[in-house]
Amino acid sequence: MQYALLIYTEEPAEAPPADEAMAEMEAYNAFGQHITDRGAMKGGEALAPTATATTVRVRDGKTISTDGPFAETKEVLGGFYLVEAADLDEAIEYAAMIPGAKHGSIEVRPVWDFSNASSQPPAESVLAD
Amino acid sequence: MWPFRGIPDNPGAWITTTARNRAIDRLRRRGRLRDKTEELTREAAIEADLAAIEPEGGGSETSDDDMDDRLRLIFTCCHPALPMDGRIALTLRTLGGLTTAEIARAFLVPEATLAQRLVRAKRKIHDAGIPYRVPPRDLLPERLDGVLKVLYLVYNEGYAATSGDALIRRELSAEAIRLARTVVSLLPDEPEATGLLALMLLHDARRDARVGPDGDLILLEDQDRSRWDQAAIAEGRTLVQAVLPTRRVGPYQLQAAIAALHDEGADAAATDWAQIATLYRALVELDPTPVVRLNHAVAVAFADGPAVGLAMMNGLADEGALASYPYLHAARADLLRRLGRSSEAASAYRHALELTSNRPERTFLASRLRDVELEGEGAAGRRMPGSRPS
Repeated sequence: MQYALLIYTEEPAEAPPADEAMAEMEAYNAFGQHITDRGAMKGGEALAPTATATTVRVRDGKTISTDGPFAETKEVLGGFYLVEAADLDEAIEYAAMIPGAKHGSIEVRPVWDFSNASSQPPAESVLAD
Repeated sequence: MWPFRGIPDNPGAWITTTARNRAIDRLRRRGRLRDKTEELTREAAIEADLAAIEPEGGGSETSDDDMDDRLRLIFTCCHPALPMDGRIALTLRTLGGLTTAEIARAFLVPEATLAQRLVRAKRKIHDAGIPYRVPPRDLLPERLDGVLKVLYLVYNEGYAATSGDALIRRELSAEAIRLARTVVSLLPDEPEATGLLALMLLHDARRDARVGPDGDLILLEDQDRSRWDQAAIAEGRTLVQAVLPTRRVGPYQLQAAIAALHDEGADAAATDWAQIATLYRALVELDPTPVVRLNHAVAVAFADGPAVGLAMMNGLADEGALASYPYLHAARADLLRRLGRSSEAASAYRHALELTSNRPERTFLASRLRDVELEGEGAAGRRMPGSRPS
């Protein structure tokens, strides 16, 4: 199965000291290398700060764009990995290796596989909304 | 008493589907699935594996393979990615062989709610890819804790129902004990599993003596000890004695050791409170939650006098974490009563009464309240403060 590992961490008000930022970057690089070596890396990106975010909703046929992420939370989505894992336990193992897991949290979400009928969401949840 | 046992309609059905789908996925990915017959053969094999999973006492002898399947199923049902209520429902439904209606009744929720819980849990097992296996060694301690927690909650729900008349839900507790036996027999080198089984047995031994003929709760110190189940006590004590020397002490083992001490001695006065207080102190170090600290304070009150225990309880009350916990107020009331501080005791009993809906417990608290109210009116000043709780 494929899992998205969504990295929620606090957004620092100002840039961290250079050595700290460098250490964090190296830790992420090491993690990326590790899952690549294990053949689990399917993709992933770091996201620009939430100050650059726009939230889009369509209501009554009108597109409404607002500034920022949709919720007032301390921890924001800062990036994600897409990994191939045999099961949830393996995905949790990868999630626990992400440097951000030590100070933020990682949400593990299976990716729907639409090529496999048995893992499709029930019809009503596709049609709803 | 409600009908409890009975073979579930099809205990392994849902997990069969899950395992089959997953197996097919895997085969597809490897690109090996060219032949339709191979798929069908594979399906049939998994069906057969899972159909073999049935509760103990189902009549057939359990082979090693069946036992391995049971263990896998326990870990799947108790996976930490499932919500706790879902884990409990799923464990009782698939391993305990209880019907949905029975589980709903035991947890005082509508049957539809319980059914929904089961559906959601099964769907998450399938959709999130929760594995059907015994966790590898590095994950085992953490995952086993989760399994034991589920069994402990099931046991407690059966032993001390949270509301209503069904103070004793013997079957729920029996189910938890049976599942704990399974875990212990499959993982004999896990001291906490053994500790939990011992803890359950040592509490369950007092079950018949715990409630009077009219359903009233009888305190440990007032129980007719001849009604305790000596076989269960002996088994529990043997387990505790076997497991403590492993020196991998955990909360269940400590609680079992405490229960074993309570079960010893010809009468309540012979209870070794000093040693119980020491064990609680060790327990507080491992698990410094307010409820454990309250129990420690109770033991200290018996070992060193009510004034010392009361000071610890007042500290807990000031922290506020147990403000709505009836047992804190009931325990404070008891110590105040023993110290002859009747009006303060009465107010604490009233507070405890406001917080519990369990009828036998209410009856007990109300009768204690009447006693201290009478004492406050008629006998004020006559009573000497008790130096030691009786």
